[in-house]
Amino acid sequence: MKRLSLFNVVSLTLGFTFLYLPIVLLVIYSFNAGRSVAVWGGWSTKWYGSVFESQQLLDAAWITLEVGVLSASVATILGTMAAIALARHGRFHGRTLFSAMVYAPLVMPEVITGLSLLLLFVALNMDRGFWTIVLSHITFTMCFVAVVVQSRLSSFDRSIEEAALDLGCTPFMTFFRITLPIILPAVISAWMLAFTLSLDDLVIASFTTGPGATTLPMKIYSDVRLGVKPEINAICSLMVAVVTIAVVIASVLTKHQEVERERAERLAANAP
Amino acid sequence: MSAKALGPVRRKFAPWNDSSAVPLIQIRDVSKAFGSFTAVNSVSLDIYEREFFALLGPSGCGKTTLMRMLAGFETPSAGSISIAGEDLAGIPPHKRPVNMMFQSYALFPHMSVEKNIAFGLEMDRLPKGEIAARVEEMLKLVKLEEFAKRKPHQLSGGQRQRVALARSIAKRPKVLLLDEPLGALDKKLREETQFELLDLQMALGMTFVIVTHDQDEAMTMADRIAVMNHGQFVQISPPAELYEQPVSKYVADFIGDINLLEGRVTKNERGHIVLGSEVTGGRIEASGETVAGLGDKAWFAVRPEKVSIDLQPPNDPTVNTASGTVWDIGYVGDISVYHVKLDNGGTMRASIANTRRVVERPISWEDKVFLTWAPDSGIVLTK
Repeated sequence: MKRLSLFNVVSLTLGFTFLYLPIVLLVIYSFNAGRSVAVWGGWSTKWYGSVFESQQLLDAAWITLEVGVLSASVATILGTMAAIALARHGRFHGRTLFSAMVYAPLVMPEVITGLSLLLLFVALNMDRGFWTIVLSHITFTMCFVAVVVQSRLSSFDRSIEEAALDLGCTPFMTFFRITLPIILPAVISAWMLAFTLSLDDLVIASFTTGPGATTLPMKIYSDVRLGVKPEINAICSLMVAVVTIAVVIASVLTKHQEVERERAERLAANAP
Repeated sequence: MSAKALGPVRRKFAPWNDSSAVPLIQIRDVSKAFGSFTAVNSVSLDIYEREFFALLGPSGCGKTTLMRMLAGFETPSAGSISIAGEDLAGIPPHKRPVNMMFQSYALFPHMSVEKNIAFGLEMDRLPKGEIAARVEEMLKLVKLEEFAKRKPHQLSGGQRQRVALARSIAKRPKVLLLDEPLGALDKKLREETQFELLDLQMALGMTFVIVTHDQDEAMTMADRIAVMNHGQFVQISPPAELYEQPVSKYVADFIGDINLLEGRVTKNERGHIVLGSEVTGGRIEASGETVAGLGDKAWFAVRPEKVSIDLQPPNDPTVNTASGTVWDIGYVGDISVYHVKLDNGGTMRASIANTRRVVERPISWEDKVFLTWAPDSGIVLTK
């Protein structure tokens, strides 16, 4: 292990300060006993209690979760199907155009995505609310799923599927018994990505929402415009905690897999 | 392994010479084009039951494409393929009576060894007890009983190869296709496995079709070899015939080592051919038949091990001779190959079996030597 030079120490400190100072401040102030968000009034956890007493916040959190789970699940199915079509069926007509179009929403400004979806829903005369948010989130998270799954499929040995066909498995069953189990980790992380994106989204949800459907980011944003209340600090800290736990679990799982693989490879190398 | 025991049985096995024999696999005028590239160009071939057939050729010659058409992963652009009288056109891979062993082994990474082997049997909906019995039999056959519960990534390369083999023969297909089955193994293991495969094929009585670019592999195992180049068969023969009676310079050069001596036919009558050759500075006497007419260009092809090397000129002046100086000596252990620069330009190779331990070579670099060979030691080629 090389020792860190002074330069490395300084750049690391600066980098992490930029990244985490605001979040650390947020978390610290969520434990502030005082009403003011700027003046420290001693330690307290009372704002966490009041978060769980605020029906509005709880409703918003519940809607956000529902939207996230529903849209991530549908987006994962559709995105995986698109990825397979793109990665597998080589040179079908219009493939280049199709693959470019799948990726376009990645770089599309959210305002434009949101506005165009709004126009669509208006044109279709759809009642805006919970389901229009779900549909919009499926639309914009699907391309992320497609990208993640397709990159896994590109390193997939095609002959494994051919072996299954050769052994008498139908193409349909081959997908469920061979392809899906092998790409499952990528599909799961695609789902988590889609879920997180849906959880975070403010812009597209604001465009496509209607009466009675307020997601947590929308609720926080509208509350903050009337002045930052200590409850907001608490709920944001909770979101940070949830995301952190998810990321830690994901990386522990990945690390565990790596260790397992290394152990297996040593076992194989020592085999007679 | 028991090469002696195999000998007589395999020598007698020659259904391709029997006009009443019905081939198991019939390939008729099959072509395959990928865009403007023709991978396989109108080939026809019969393969018989219990035959060990090798498709041999350099990479890109179309051998793998032909095999993939047998398995059903590619559709012929023209022609027909039938197995046991059944036309395979339109039959998808999962309904064909063939199984394939893949070059990459293509083991299912998320399944244990026994699950891998059982997969094809489960697809056939065999009863559980029968599947278990068959898997056990296969594990025993490839000597992997202790590894039944392991995942593929917990196995060595040789073990993975045996799992792939066990999985492909578990369903007892009529035909087993093997795509470079030993390509990923090291030399020693490869040679052992060649004989294991031979024994297995004899024991199971299956028809094996193997694709390989390794001529030693094809020569050791196959009953017949089809040498392919540019999507066509150049020659289809048993190994010894391929080696001793190549039909062209391409085959002669592809299989083993050969000296090709260019000349012009000066005499061609009743099994006696004479070439006038500048390479040897005289005439080359050859026995055999050739289609070449007088004055036509032809090549006398003789293997290095059939050329004698001596420091003295031959006593009989009528014998085929070429003189030169030793330019290089390749010591391979069992044999030494002498590269001789001929006085008239060109080089020839002669190989000598090292029957005694070589401490000091009787013939060394820069020595003036005489190469001699018998008229029937080689063959006259016209293309």
